[in-house]
Amino acid sequence: MTELALEETEVRDGVDRETIETVQAMAGKYKYGWETDIETEYAPKGLSEDIVRLISEKNGEPEWMLDWRLAAYRRWEKMEEPRWAMLHYPAIDYQDQYYYAKPKSMATKPKSLDEVDPKLLATYAKLGIPLKEQLILAGVEGAEQAGERKVAVDAVFDSVSVGTTFKAELAKAGVIFCSISEAVREHPELVKKYLGSVVPQSDNFFATLNSAVFSDGSFVYIPEGVRCPMELSTYFRINAENTGQFERTLIIADKGSYVSYLEGCTAPKRDTHQLHAAVVEIVLLDDAEVKYSTVQNWYPGDEEGRGGIYNFVTKRADCRGHRSKVMWTQVETGSAITWKYPSCILRGDDSQGEFYSIAIANNAQQADTGTKMVHLGKNTKSRIVSKGISAGRAQNTYRGLVSMHPKATNSRNYTQCDSLLIGDKCGAHTVPYIEVKNNSSRVEHEATTSKVDEDQLFYCRSRGMDEEEAVALVVNGFCKEVLQALPMEFAMEAQSLVAISLEGSVG
Amino acid sequence: MALAVAKQDALAARIAGLSYAAEGWLGAARGAALERLSAMGLPGKRDEYWRYTDPASLTVTDAPKAALFAADDEPPVFDGIDRVKLVFVDGVFDAAQSDDPALAGVEIERLAEAGARDIHWAQGLYGVLEARGQVPVQRPLAALNSTFATDGLLIRVTGRASKPVSLIYVHNSETSDAILHHCVKLEEGAELTVLENGPAAARFNKVMEVDVAKGARFHHIRSQGRDHERRAVTHVFARLADEALFKSFTLTANGVLTRNEAVIELLGDDAVAHVAGAAVGDGNFHHDDTVFVTHAGLRCESRQVFKKVLKNGAVGVFQGKILVKQGAQKTDGYQISQSLLLDEDSQFLAKPELEIYADDVKCSHGSTSGAIDETALFYLRSRGVPERAAQGLLVLAFLAEAIAEIEDEAIAEDIRARLEGWLARHDH
Repeated sequence: MTELALEETEVRDGVDRETIETVQAMAGKYKYGWETDIETEYAPKGLSEDIVRLISEKNGEPEWMLDWRLAAYRRWEKMEEPRWAMLHYPAIDYQDQYYYAKPKSMATKPKSLDEVDPKLLATYAKLGIPLKEQLILAGVEGAEQAGERKVAVDAVFDSVSVGTTFKAELAKAGVIFCSISEAVREHPELVKKYLGSVVPQSDNFFATLNSAVFSDGSFVYIPEGVRCPMELSTYFRINAENTGQFERTLIIADKGSYVSYLEGCTAPKRDTHQLHAAVVEIVLLDDAEVKYSTVQNWYPGDEEGRGGIYNFVTKRADCRGHRSKVMWTQVETGSAITWKYPSCILRGDDSQGEFYSIAIANNAQQADTGTKMVHLGKNTKSRIVSKGISAGRAQNTYRGLVSMHPKATNSRNYTQCDSLLIGDKCGAHTVPYIEVKNNSSRVEHEATTSKVDEDQLFYCRSRGMDEEEAVALVVNGFCKEVLQALPMEFAMEAQSLVAISLEGSVG
Repeated sequence: MALAVAKQDALAARIAGLSYAAEGWLGAARGAALERLSAMGLPGKRDEYWRYTDPASLTVTDAPKAALFAADDEPPVFDGIDRVKLVFVDGVFDAAQSDDPALAGVEIERLAEAGARDIHWAQGLYGVLEARGQVPVQRPLAALNSTFATDGLLIRVTGRASKPVSLIYVHNSETSDAILHHCVKLEEGAELTVLENGPAAARFNKVMEVDVAKGARFHHIRSQGRDHERRAVTHVFARLADEALFKSFTLTANGVLTRNEAVIELLGDDAVAHVAGAAVGDGNFHHDDTVFVTHAGLRCESRQVFKKVLKNGAVGVFQGKILVKQGAQKTDGYQISQSLLLDEDSQFLAKPELEIYADDVKCSHGSTSGAIDETALFYLRSRGVPERAAQGLLVLAFLAEAIAEIEDEAIAEDIRARLEGWLARHDH
């Protein structure tokens, strides 16, 4: 949307100016749209068994991994692309793109700063990652002493991991943090046991495709009783043209462990669409806790809908252990198409799942996103808070499932989905599925702005605020809480959205 | 592909023994409906729109048998209401049991008699709203009805009717398979209340198309009978012009399978549509309310209020949608679906949807499911109310929001009495 168009948009009562301006500020001003001019080695265009074999070979994988990939590929060939989402896009030609791209300078992994391709360093500097972290990112020894707050980063550039920081320090705590390709080689027993155990190869079209061609991604293992000494992070950068990115992340939180994990992503501005189909699997054993935060900022395409990332992502956490807890927080601002449902399988008794989402769609963007909360264990709890904002000609859909199985007695779910439309050409949709199969569980779904916490409202009003002000304060306060729950530099990126008020929301 | 073949095979089997008269305007309308039906085939449980209700027993060639049930422990519903009674026995109009259909401002004809003529007002209505209702979601069972309906009434209202028209559906054969199709056209400023009650048949497929002209008002109150084994699929298709009003309430007590669809289009400005339902089920009971409200006019209001009380493995389904088209500004849409599960075995499955393309609208929906509120129960008991009475009170209070959608107090009271009776009989 151009600024001019927005000015012409009539602003209705109750929508705060600041909200409009913030969305306006974001419109058409994609900060990360430049590209790194770097020599890249590609696999031949298209997808076939040979390409799958090639990716496996490039990653130096053992036979069992190749077999796993091939099984997925053969299954994928027989599958049909799902079309149930409220997304309209031309058919994707899966043969008309590259499935593997790697900077030539990464042929051998650099051991010191001198060896790291300066263009890669410049890329990270330009993405706003501080210099010291940049040194660390490139995997340079000696640079790992100390900021006040340490964040270990696995940086993925097109199909390869450029480097993973703080590995040694994490290893002291017993934490394994490395690229998935390294984990396949170094920790095959863990990968064999858990890969595909949350999102099976057969899960869905895009997950199956990912299982066949995933090139890199991150692997995390937090041992029993360990609180991860720092936050872990992955930064995904697509650079090469006509290249899909298929990363795979596997996080295993053993008994009583804790980790906070962050994910960020950007891509250059291009007129053609690029495919991104990732899979994230999280396994939680007894008493484990994982926080997974995402700021998704892939290139969204231009005002006319040219270019942009097609983002088809399968994310799922399996709370296998009792009293385990997982929290998904996502701020979705990028991508031309978003198809993403971070979900929680609440298998262990007393386990908890939370999903906090702010999805902003502008111009010709289309987002179909939400979550699944599958309650299998007793006394399980879930909470879903989704805020969707549509502007321009964008379509924004919340799609979610809350399922209470017969044995999930005394469980609770609370769902709130609010949407805000800015302008009369966009759309906001809500498609919740609610399945309750026992009566001691309570499920509440609501989608109204008037239903903010009555006690908080009453408190505000008793202090002399009028209803509008009180609602605005409570809703804003809540939004801030979600955004501030995003740690490190993501919080800064997300702070620009804090000003958005959800006054005048449409349920 | 295999799915499409299965749908066509099911359709071929279902309609093999059915036929219709091809003459007159009605024959043409039936032919058009058959074309729609043939393009769709019959629904199966893998259809997204039948996600929570298996349509097999509604689509199978022969109606599953349903034992007759005599409810002699209470007077028939609406007995105390002054009305024009029109009786159908197993889907066939019974003039002997019916009142004289003369009512000022209301013309009532049988479909079979009116259909053979060349020209009739119902030409613009029969199958027309049903056809509009096939997009964006397919409703093959309604097209099947438009094609093969064996009986029904054409009701044209030109003034304000002084009393309700009451359609009574008697179930008299264990294997009856009834297909009824009614059309109701309310001219500008007209007003009518239609009452419906009775189980109708072992299997009942009913369509009612209602065209509400400017400023006209239509009230619909229905009680679906107490037969335990009956099956029913019903569709109400309504189209509202400027300032029109449409209000529909349904009470469902028992029945093996009930699927009630309401498809309402607010085409004019300032129109009002309310659809409500109270369903109580004990045991082998599957009740599905599927509602699709489209807002196309300015400043329209719609309300969907659905409440279900379930026990002993009963299943309640709600699929509700509010679609606000581009330009339908100042829309006020409301949707609530709630279920009270009285024991561990019952289920509630819901898909309350919103699809909104206009920015200056107020739309909200809510859905809850759970057991009786222990705190409220404790409160009542601490005030000396015995446990069962307290539970009954809370159930009635839970259903009250749906019953409040009935404007006529005498009818509302009658419905309330049915619910109290049901609760007393199922208090175990």
